[in-house]
Amino acid sequence: MRSVNAFIGSPIERLEDLRFLRGRGEYVDDLTRPGLLHAAILRSAHAHGRIRAIDTSGALALRGMRCIITAADLGPQVPTVPMRLQPLPEFEPFAQPVIARDKVRYVGEVLAVVLADSAALAEDALAEIVVDIEPLPPVADRHASAQNASLLFEETGSNLALKFHAVLGDAEAAFRRADYVRRESFRVQRHMAMPMETRGLLAEWDAARARLTVNGAAKVLFFNRRTLAKQMGLTEDAIDMVENDVGGGFGARGEFYPEDFLIPFAARHTGRPVKWIEDRREQLMTINHAREQECDIEIACARDGTILGLRGHAYSDVGAYMRTNGAISARNVAQFMSGPYRIHNIDIDVALQLTNKTPVGTYRGPGRFETDFFRERLLDMAAHDLGLDRIELRRRNLVSKAEMPYTIATITPYESKDAFDSGDYQVTLGRCLDEFGWAEKAKLSGKLIEGRYHGLALGCFVEGGAAGPKESARLVLETDGVFTVYVGSSAVGQGLETVFAQIAADALEIPMERIRGVFHGSTSCVSDGYGAYHSRSVVMGGSAILAAATGLREAIRATAARRLQCAPSEVTLFDDRARGPAGRSVPLAGLAEAPISFEGSFLNKKHTYAYGAHAAHVAVDGKLGHVALIDYLAVEDCGRIINPLTLRGQVIGALVQGLGGAFLENLIYDENGQFLTGSLADYLVPTASDFPNLRAVVLESNPSPINPLGAKGAGEGGIIPVGGVIANAVANALATFGVQPRALPLTPARVWHLLRDAQGPQSPAVR
Amino acid sequence: MRVRFKVNGTEADVDVEPRLTLADCLRHRLRLTGTHVGCEHGVCGACTVIVDGAAVRACLMLAVQAEGAEVVTVEGLSHDDHLTPLQASFRKHHALQCGFCTPGMITTAHALLSEEPDCDADRVREVLSGNLCRCTGYISIVEAVLDARAAYGYESEAAKKP
Repeated sequence: MRSVNAFIGSPIERLEDLRFLRGRGEYVDDLTRPGLLHAAILRSAHAHGRIRAIDTSGALALRGMRCIITAADLGPQVPTVPMRLQPLPEFEPFAQPVIARDKVRYVGEVLAVVLADSAALAEDALAEIVVDIEPLPPVADRHASAQNASLLFEETGSNLALKFHAVLGDAEAAFRRADYVRRESFRVQRHMAMPMETRGLLAEWDAARARLTVNGAAKVLFFNRRTLAKQMGLTEDAIDMVENDVGGGFGARGEFYPEDFLIPFAARHTGRPVKWIEDRREQLMTINHAREQECDIEIACARDGTILGLRGHAYSDVGAYMRTNGAISARNVAQFMSGPYRIHNIDIDVALQLTNKTPVGTYRGPGRFETDFFRERLLDMAAHDLGLDRIELRRRNLVSKAEMPYTIATITPYESKDAFDSGDYQVTLGRCLDEFGWAEKAKLSGKLIEGRYHGLALGCFVEGGAAGPKESARLVLETDGVFTVYVGSSAVGQGLETVFAQIAADALEIPMERIRGVFHGSTSCVSDGYGAYHSRSVVMGGSAILAAATGLREAIRATAARRLQCAPSEVTLFDDRARGPAGRSVPLAGLAEAPISFEGSFLNKKHTYAYGAHAAHVAVDGKLGHVALIDYLAVEDCGRIINPLTLRGQVIGALVQGLGGAFLENLIYDENGQFLTGSLADYLVPTASDFPNLRAVVLESNPSPINPLGAKGAGEGGIIPVGGVIANAVANALATFGVQPRALPLTPARVWHLLRDAQGPQSPAVR
Repeated sequence: MRVRFKVNGTEADVDVEPRLTLADCLRHRLRLTGTHVGCEHGVCGACTVIVDGAAVRACLMLAVQAEGAEVVTVEGLSHDDHLTPLQASFRKHHALQCGFCTPGMITTAHALLSEEPDCDADRVREVLSGNLCRCTGYISIVEAVLDARAAYGYESEAAKKP
C-alpha cells in the first residue's frame, strides 16, 4: 500500500473544524427564507387533564399574527408518533398524537402552534391563548402508575405498557443451590442528553411541484421521511430531508417528535416557509428524557465468588407515551445486567410504566449506564460479604476470550439472541489496574486525609454497536478527477466527515485531498440510509464505503479500458491516472464526460461489542458531602481504530456526561407532575472546572470479526460504567460508616444524608 | 430604535426593537451567524462576543446597549486563508466536536489570553466554566487554550532560560 494510504489509524485533524472554528458552520437557525413565518408552540402547563376548550381569538387579533394551528385543524385523524425501534403492537395504544386533542398527559405537550412574522411576536401571542383544562389526578411516579388508580389511557385499563423479560439458563435452580444470595434495590434518576444546540426545523412547501423540503433533520432522516410522507399523504420522493450542521445528538436529537410533523404541516397549511427553533426551557421539558429506572435484584454466588445467577425486577418510568425508541433503555437494562460477566442463569423482567412526565428515549449508553450501576454496586457488596477482593471477584467472572462469541440473555418479546463478538476482557482489566496504579492507590481506601475520605473503585463493561440492517454509500469520480463520498449515515458532531474521508481515501488509494467532500446531510445522497444511532456509523457507513469503493474502482477500470483499448482486468489505478498495458495511461480527470458513480451497501445482523474497564479515585468531604474526583481512567478496546484523536474525544466526552449523571444531572418533577428543572440554572451539567483529572487509553487488540474494517462502535463506552464506578468509590471511601449509595446522583446533599443516616461509628455528618 | 456600533471593524447601523438582544441582532439582523444562542438565560456561554475588549454574553445584552461599542465576534477573529494560532490549537487538540459551543469558547479564550497570556490551567478552567460544552468533556479545550498562550506573548519558564 502507498504511503499516502495509512489514513486509517492516524490522528488526522478534522475537516469539519475548518468551518466550525471560524463561525462558518451552518445550523438550522442560521437559515432564513423570503416570506418566512416563525412558529412558537403553546404547551400544556398541566401534567394530566382533559381539554375543555382552546380560545385563540385574542391571540389572532395581535399584530403580525398569521395563523394558529390546533388539533381541530388536523381533521378527524390526528397523526401519531410511531415506534422506530421495536414497533410492537402492545405499544400502539400508547402512541403520542402530534398535538393534544382530548387530553394532555405531560407538562410540555403541544396544544397549539402559533405562526407570526417574527419569533418574538409568535411568543407574545402564546400568552393570549386561553386554555381550559380540567385537571385529572397526576401519575407522578412508577408506584402510582402501577396502582392504575388514575389512567393515562382509560381505554387500556392499565398504565403498564409492556414487560420485557431476559432469560438465560435456569435462575431458580441456580439460586436454590447457591452458597450466597443478596438482594438489593437501586435507582437511577431521570436525566437527559441535552445537546447544546436545541432542536429546530425549517419547512418549505412548493405548491406548484407538490414538494416538501425540511431542514433541521438529524440522526434518522430516511425513517423520518417515511413517517412524514405517510402522515402528510405524500410520496417519499416528494420530500427532501436536509441535515444541517447538528449541535450534538447523543440519542435525543433527530428522533421523530410531534414538531417534526407540525412544522411541515404548518408550511403546507400556510403556503409559507416556517421556522421553529426550540428554546432551552422547551428542550428540557420536551426532548426525550432518559435513565429513570429502578430495580429489585438478587445475585447468587458460590463461596469462591463464582456468580451463579441474577434475577429480579426492574421498573422503567417511560413517561406519558411510547414513541420512536422509548423502549430501548428498558430492554437494555434487562439484556445487559450481566455486563461482561459469565452469568449462566438470568431471569429479569422490566416493567415499562407510564407516568405523566415527558416521554423517554435513548441517551448515550441507554439502559447500559443504569444497569451497570445496578450490577457493579451489587458486585462490590457481594465481594465484601464473601471476603473476596473486588478485583478478584471480577477477574473470576469475566467472559474469557476462548468463550467468544459469547451468547447473552435472550429478550422477549421482539428481540432474539445476541452474542459478544470478540475480546479479551482480562487484558483491559489488567491494563486499567496498571495504568491507574491500582496496587498503590488502593492503600488509600477509606483513609481520612485532611478532612476527606479517600475511596477507589473499578468496574468492567461492554458497549454494543453497529446496529443493522443496512447502510449505503455512493462514491463518485467527478469529471475533474476528484472524488466525492455520499453516505446514509448522519453527522451529529462526531467527526464523521473526517473518518469517512480517511476510510474512502485508503480504499481508493488516493491522498485525502482528492476527496472533495463527504456528504451525509440529505435523503438525496443515497437511495436508502439508516443514520446515526447505536454507535453504528463507522462500522456500517464505513463498511458501505469499502463496498462502494470496490465497485467504483471496477467501474473506472471498465471505462478506462475502453479508452485504453484493453481489458478492464489489465487496467490499474494509480494516483490520478488509469494505466493500461504497454505504458499507456489516461488521467482520471476527463476520463468520462459524466461523473462515474457507484452505490454500495453493507448488510449486518450482528452487533459489535467494545469493552473495557474504568477506575476512579475520589475524596469525600465528610462534613459537606462533596465528592472530589482525584483521578479517573477509562480503558477501552474498540477493535480497529480509524482515528485515535476523535476516538479519545468520544471516550472523554462520554465520560464527562457520565459524571454529570453520577453527580449532577436530575430532571425533577413535583408530586403533581409539575416540571421543576426548566433552565440550565436548575439542570446542572458538568463545567470545565468540575472534573479536571481524566485519562483515556484506547486499544485495538481484538478487531471485530463481523465487518471488513474490524471496527467496533465506540461512542458510548465512556459513559456506561461511570455511575457504578463512582458510587462504588464513594462506598469504599465511607466504608467505615457502612455507607452504601443505592441511588444517583451523588450530590453533596445526598452524600451528607447517607453519612448522617449511617450506622457506623463516629459518622462525621452527625455533628 | 436606531443603534450604531462597530462589528468586526465595520460600522453597523440598525433599526431595532428595544427588546432585541445583541445576540439576535448579530445573528438575524447582521447575519453574523457564527455567534450561537444556546440558552437565552446567560448560562451556556455559546453566544459570547467581545464588547470593548471584554467577553460578554450577547443574550444578556440588548442591541441598544451596544451603542458606540466595538463588538468582535468569532467571524472577526477568523481569516479566510488560515486558522489563527488559537483556532489551530483547538483543531490540533480536538477541542471541538459538534462545533456549537466553539465560537463562544474561542471568543472567551481569546479575551482571556489577550489579558492574561500567562494564565495557568486552573485559571483557564475557572474562566471557561461559564461556557458549556456537551461533547468534549473540556479536557482538550483546556489543553488547546494553554497551548495557544505562546501566540499571545506567554513565555514559558523553560523558554525564558538562556
